[in-house]
Amino acid sequence: MAAERYITRSCGINSGEVCVNLEVLFSNRGHLLPDFLLSVYQHFALSYPKFYKMDNLSKLGWLASELLLKNAGMNEKYDPARIAVVLANANSSLDNDLKYVKTISEGASPSVFVYTLPNIVIGELCIRNNFKGEHAFFIQDEFDADFIFKQVNYLLDQQLASACICGWVDVLGDNYKAALFLVEDKQADNMVTFSPNNMTKIFNLVK
Amino acid sequence: MSAGEYNGRDIYVVTDNIVSPLGNTTGANFAALRAGKTSVQKHHYKEIAPEAFAASLFKDNDSFYKGDGVDYTRFERLAIASASEAINNSGIDTGDDKTIFILSSTKGNISLLETEEDNAGLHQRVSLATSANLIAAHFGFPSKPVVVSNACISGVLAIITAMRLIRSGEYDTAVITGADVISKFIVSGFQSFHALSNEVCKPFDRDRDGLNLGEGAGTIILSADNKYSGSIKVLGGAVSNDANHISGPSRTGEELAGAINNALKDAVVAAADINFISAHGTATPYNDEMEAAAITLAGLQNAPLNSLKGNYGHTLGAAGIIETVISLQSLKQGLLMPTIGYQENGVTHPVKVCTAVTEIDAKTFLKTASGFGGCNGAIIFGK
Repeated sequence: MAAERYITRSCGINSGEVCVNLEVLFSNRGHLLPDFLLSVYQHFALSYPKFYKMDNLSKLGWLASELLLKNAGMNEKYDPARIAVVLANANSSLDNDLKYVKTISEGASPSVFVYTLPNIVIGELCIRNNFKGEHAFFIQDEFDADFIFKQVNYLLDQQLASACICGWVDVLGDNYKAALFLVEDKQADNMVTFSPNNMTKIFNLVK
Repeated sequence: MSAGEYNGRDIYVVTDNIVSPLGNTTGANFAALRAGKTSVQKHHYKEIAPEAFAASLFKDNDSFYKGDGVDYTRFERLAIASASEAINNSGIDTGDDKTIFILSSTKGNISLLETEEDNAGLHQRVSLATSANLIAAHFGFPSKPVVVSNACISGVLAIITAMRLIRSGEYDTAVITGADVISKFIVSGFQSFHALSNEVCKPFDRDRDGLNLGEGAGTIILSADNKYSGSIKVLGGAVSNDANHISGPSRTGEELAGAINNALKDAVVAAADINFISAHGTATPYNDEMEAAAITLAGLQNAPLNSLKGNYGHTLGAAGIIETVISLQSLKQGLLMPTIGYQENGVTHPVKVCTAVTEIDAKTFLKTASGFGGCNGAIIFGK
């Protein structure tokens, strides 16, 4: 039998709203994505100069991870080499790829090119939090909770990781959605059993 | 399920393929490498770059799948060509629901952005999920394909993902295909980083000055079916992150060393039992320095090592698979391939770079990869 595992926290960002554990903490509808992302950064009084250099995908994923991991005490509880990150999306880095391709004729920019890979958002999370463990980025038509569930369970069952941040971070133009889950063996407040059904339920509630 | 149960399942290499400018089969590619060939050369393709650049590119489309009425892209036709040859040689049933198709690519159909009108249809067409669905449908795989896109470790991570999906009993067989094609998008980006060499690259060499880009595809088919017992097995693998910089490697190499150590543990193999290493060896100053430091930290500095980037260039999402396939042949034939371009040690922690076709009595090898986003991957195969 698999150990009882919990989604100890979740964070969703979609349609101008930010939720943590399905509670709406901030709402600012009707803005273009870059303006909305900046408003989230400012509302939660985050301070991380690298944020301004990121593309929209990394900004979205980074903001969701900051709110997901706030007061989670990851670095006190876990060895950094045993914190895993498993993410997926539908549009890879296309949002930034479209921007990059327009710059080629005027002189390509390395600071734009570097974000033409979807796993850079994982790199940004790892740099911010000093996570050094297993990670993977998958491209899926739509959020496949069952697949992510199995990937995360493998890492935890095999004791390749002690905790995992997993979920979905997708951006294309003004369509965007982040739904991140912190999965741990230990119980915590607001715990929800880690299961594909519960992931899908939370994913769908992040409207 | 307790730890250890997964590891009880042996996973065998059924067959493999490489489609590259050096040949369309594993055999043709191995023979070309044995003869010291490289497909890296200067190109003057204005549609790719205004100045001449060194890369390994297909000269025509003879190597590519010709189509069956479906409007496949060049990238998809390359991936299908590689997967077809491997599948036809394997006798596996692609219609079995315990068989999974895994696609590894960094940029897939990205060149379409250079030529096609920007609209929702293009966004859908350029998606790696679209490519994977088309390729899976071509072969009749019933399960939803998996797409791994994790920079330059994509190929190694795709093999590790397959190994884990088979170990957990989810699937019995996996067809893993990695492919990337080179266009203006990719060349201009690497040029903007000043990461490209103007000649055949020189992995681990004192005068190394950057990488070459390359086109190609590779396929590996893995199975837990005992009828393949006696074949080479995938023994273990692991991934780590540097948590240092998105476009530069670790300063110490300790994170890649961590992935190597975890792969050894997963494979239940001691460092001393690794008979050779297929390194990432891109020939950029920073990558090779970090990689050599990591190999030394993992206690593997005396294991013979090669980098095939001088033969193929950096084939991105295909690299981990193509280089693994050559290493599988080295294991089978007892012949380690040399590192084209290497002459004199150029890293702080010297590694044992193989410079000539060398007879070896090898049972086990390690394949490593590292890439943007601070990612590192390590995988171990053995007889």
